[in-house]
Order: sequence, then C-alpha cells, then structure tokens
Amino acid sequence: MASVPIHYYLFFCSVLFCIGVLGVLIKRNVLIILMSIELMINSINLLLAAFSAYTNDPAGQIFVFFIMVVAAAEVAIGLAIVVLIYRTTHSLDIDVLNKLKW
Amino acid sequence: MTTILSLTLLGVLVLLLGILKKKTLQLPLILVGLLTALALTISDWNTARHLFNEMLIIDNTAVAFSAVLIFSTFLIFMFAAHYYQGVQRPLDDIYAIMIFALVGAVLMTSYGNLIMLFIGIETLSIALYVLAGSHKEAITSNEATLKYFLLGSFLSGFLLFGIALIYGASGSFSLHGIQLFVIANGQNLPPMFLAGLFLLIVGLAFKIAVVPFHFWAPDVYEGTPTLLTAFMATVVKTASVVAMYRFFSHTFYGIYGVWETTIWVLAALTILLGNFTGVYQPNLKRMLAYSSISHSGYMLLAVVAFSPFTGNALLLYSLTYSVATILAFGILILVREANGNDYFTSLNGIARTNPVEAFCLTIAMLSLAGIPPLAGFMGKYFLFTTALEQGLLWLVIIAITGSAISISYYFKPIVAMYLKENEGGKLNSGVPFKAHLIFLTLLLFLLGILPFLVIGLL
Repeated sequence: MASVPIHYYLFFCSVLFCIGVLGVLIKRNVLIILMSIELMINSINLLLAAFSAYTNDPAGQIFVFFIMVVAAAEVAIGLAIVVLIYRTTHSLDIDVLNKLKW
Repeated sequence: MTTILSLTLLGVLVLLLGILKKKTLQLPLILVGLLTALALTISDWNTARHLFNEMLIIDNTAVAFSAVLIFSTFLIFMFAAHYYQGVQRPLDDIYAIMIFALVGAVLMTSYGNLIMLFIGIETLSIALYVLAGSHKEAITSNEATLKYFLLGSFLSGFLLFGIALIYGASGSFSLHGIQLFVIANGQNLPPMFLAGLFLLIVGLAFKIAVVPFHFWAPDVYEGTPTLLTAFMATVVKTASVVAMYRFFSHTFYGIYGVWETTIWVLAALTILLGNFTGVYQPNLKRMLAYSSISHSGYMLLAVVAFSPFTGNALLLYSLTYSVATILAFGILILVREANGNDYFTSLNGIARTNPVEAFCLTIAMLSLAGIPPLAGFMGKYFLFTTALEQGLLWLVIIAITGSAISISYYFKPIVAMYLKENEGGKLNSGVPFKAHLIFLTLLLFLLGILPFLVIGLL
C-alpha cells in the first residue's frame, strides 16, 4: 500500500466512475446501462477499500460489503424490470419507451 | 428501534397471510399494525438513544418524523381497499413492499451514520422500483419503473461516490465524526470533502425531486399506480428531505459555507421552475407532481435556515403537506376510476353530482396553495418566518412569489368542479372512503386552527 500514493487510487477510481457515467449517458441498450451502473458502483468499492487501507480504518471495507449486497439486490430488481419491459415491447432499447413525456 | 423491528415484523406477517390465502385479514392487520408501530414510536419520545455504535440515533427529531411517515402510510392504506377492489391477483406483495419501503424511510430519519443513510435510501428505492411497476400489464407503469430504476440507481452511484469522498477526507462515516472534522477545519475544508458534499447533495436532491434533478418525477408519478404515487409524493419526499436536514443539522450546525449557497440556489430554482411548469400541466396527476416538486423547494428552506426552531417548522410543514396531498390523491383515485383519465375536463361540474368530494378536493387545493384558515398556510407561515429570522430574505421573497403563482394552477380543478357544466361524470365512492376523505379534511382544518398541537414539540 505504502508504495502507491492514495491519489493514484483516487484518480483511477474517478476515471472508472466517469467511464460508467458516460456509458449510462451514451448507450441506449438497457443491459449495457446496467453494466455501466455496476462499473460506477465497483469503482466506488475500490475507492472505499483504498481509503480504508490507507487510513487503517476497517469501516470503509465493511461499507463495501453493504454496497455489494445492495448492488446485488438492485441488479436483481433491474433484471426483473428488463424482462418485464422486454415482454411488452420486444426491445431492449430505452428509446422505445416514450409513452410518457420525458 | 422498536419501530423498525415492529414494521419489519408486520411486513413479514402480511406475506405470511398471503401464503395462507387470508385475503380479507390483510388490510385490517396492516392498519392495526401501523397504529401499533405508531404507538411504539411515540413511546420512544424523550428517550434519546444511540444504538449500534451510533449507527442509529433515536432522538426526538427522528421519533417525530418517523411518526409522520407511519401516519402518512396509514392514511394511504385507508384508500387501499377501495383502490384495489375487483383486482383478482393477490396483493400481499404490494402491501408488504410498501411496509418495507416505510422501514427504509424510517431509517432515513433516524440514521447516525452514512452507511445507515445509504441502506435506508436503497431499502426505500428498491422497494419503490417494484411498486412503480406493480401494474404489470400497463405499459405506462412499465415505462415508469424503468425510468425510475435507471435514474435512481445512476444517482445512487453519485450519492455513494460522495459518501466515499467524504469518508476519504474526514476518515469517518458517522455524523459525529464528520462534525468533528468540520469543526476542526472550519472554513478551509479540503476540496475532496467539498466535492463529496456536492455529490451527496446531488444524490439526495434526486430523491427529493429538486430542480434540476426533477425531470423524472412527473413521468414516474404519471405512470405509477395512483395509490403508490401518493406514497411517493408524501412518504418518500418527507423521508428524503429529513435525511438531508438531518445530515446538515448534525454536521454543519451553525457553520456556513459553499454548500449553503448550493442549496439556496437549488431551493430557488425548484420553487420557481416547479410552479411555472405546474401552470401548463393538462391533467391533475401531473399537476400534483409539479406541486410536489415546488413543495420540496419550500422544504429545502428548512435545510438552509438553521435555528433550534427549524425542525418544528419542517415537522408541521411535512405533516400538512402529506395530509393535503393524500387527500388530493384520494380524489384523484376516484376521478381516474370513473373516467379512465384525469384531465381537468373530467372534473367538470362534479360539484353538483358529488358535493362532498368536490369540497374535499377544494380544501386540499387551498391548503396546498396556503390559504389562511387551513393547515398549509400555517406550515408555510412558520417555515417562512424561521427562514426570515435567519436572514434569508430573498429566498423567502422567491418562495412567496412561487406560492402566488401556484394559486393559478391550484384553482384550475376548483374552477372546473364548480363553474363548468357537468358532462355526465360521476365519482363512485363508498361510505368508508367518504368518511376517510372527511377525516382528512377535518385534519387540515384542525392543523390550520391549532398548529400548536405540533409546532412546539421538538
């Protein structure tokens, strides 16, 4: 840990996070958007673990476990919603859904 | 603590009744259970406790707002029997998920640690994604749930990144630890902390539906089944505002900085844009969505204006707002049931066929607009005067301008009901439904005339 300064982790995780954000904003396919959100969440996990190791405080790593559990629940619901959408529209493109004004 | 345990137990019991196919017992059990939970919550009054190493702090603020949330849920469940009559599918899942969402909301009012805040927000949100899509056959409901889910989890990512940065800067997740850090660093907070704070505000602002993070709200509200929209507009909003209020009042009490300007701007934008856009809405449900957006702007006043009294003002405001909104949504349920849509034209002339319902909706609209003898006025009065005492003159001027604009759209349904000719529309409400509407109306009068029942509590 000591050989790699903390701001390297900060920079790396921010870049990963931004890639996830861009993925959500640019891609139109629901599954890829879900994966991008996962990327965002995992970059945060990495950042928390890095901070935690850097400050010798276990709380950050404990939080990572909580985030993993919540992210798993979120993805389970998300995939269920994707199946629901696919049944009615036969498409995974989010632009198909325009019944409600955006 | 007993609140969270009893509510979780109630949710599990409802699921159990679903397995045993005791359909008729479910709603009575929920109503009794919610009242029990309310009593247990209030019994925690004046016994400030720090649980699980300060994960949860059950102080009077937490107790009072939990009570408001449980009471709102109770009021919404009173409409459930009418709303779901004739529905063949088992409903235990919807009811149980609503109760689990309420547990998340209660966590958001009583957290003492950002981990608990995150768990609370996600418990609430994940339950709401399911509820928004609970009308599986309707494509609007599907669309609403997908939009809410994608944006909700996207913005949860921002919230989490904010929490991570705050942790990195201050070395602690607990509100107390962050407060010590803020006091030690005063006006020279490191950029990483400020960036984290900003992202945390963005994440919470999305949940509250604050401009410019409000764009999801009208669509999601319109697509979601009406009963659950009432839940979103009241319980979720109150819980999120209280979460934000709790964060700032515990960590920044009396210390001002960049964040205050940020929330000031957010509140001003929300009040102005929410009210201006509300004027152009063609139907009651979208109008109520914009009304709820502009009301979240007023509630943000409480986050900016710190004084020992702010909690009281926010408590009264959230209670009056919740009661009036639930009343309006109750009528909306009837309107959609009778006409299949909720354009203002479908309200034409119903004052002649349904005088009671028309009167109740009028009272709800007047209260939301803040007309004097009603509860909404008292809520606004105490909130604005506290803000004035804290020197937020311009924000209060903006808020009053916003309220003045809002009167124009709150009067639209009243004009339609009383001044237009009836086009054959008639609302069908049973006796219990009507009694509940009248109860809510009386509550609005009571809180308007005797606000001191609530205002001196905290």
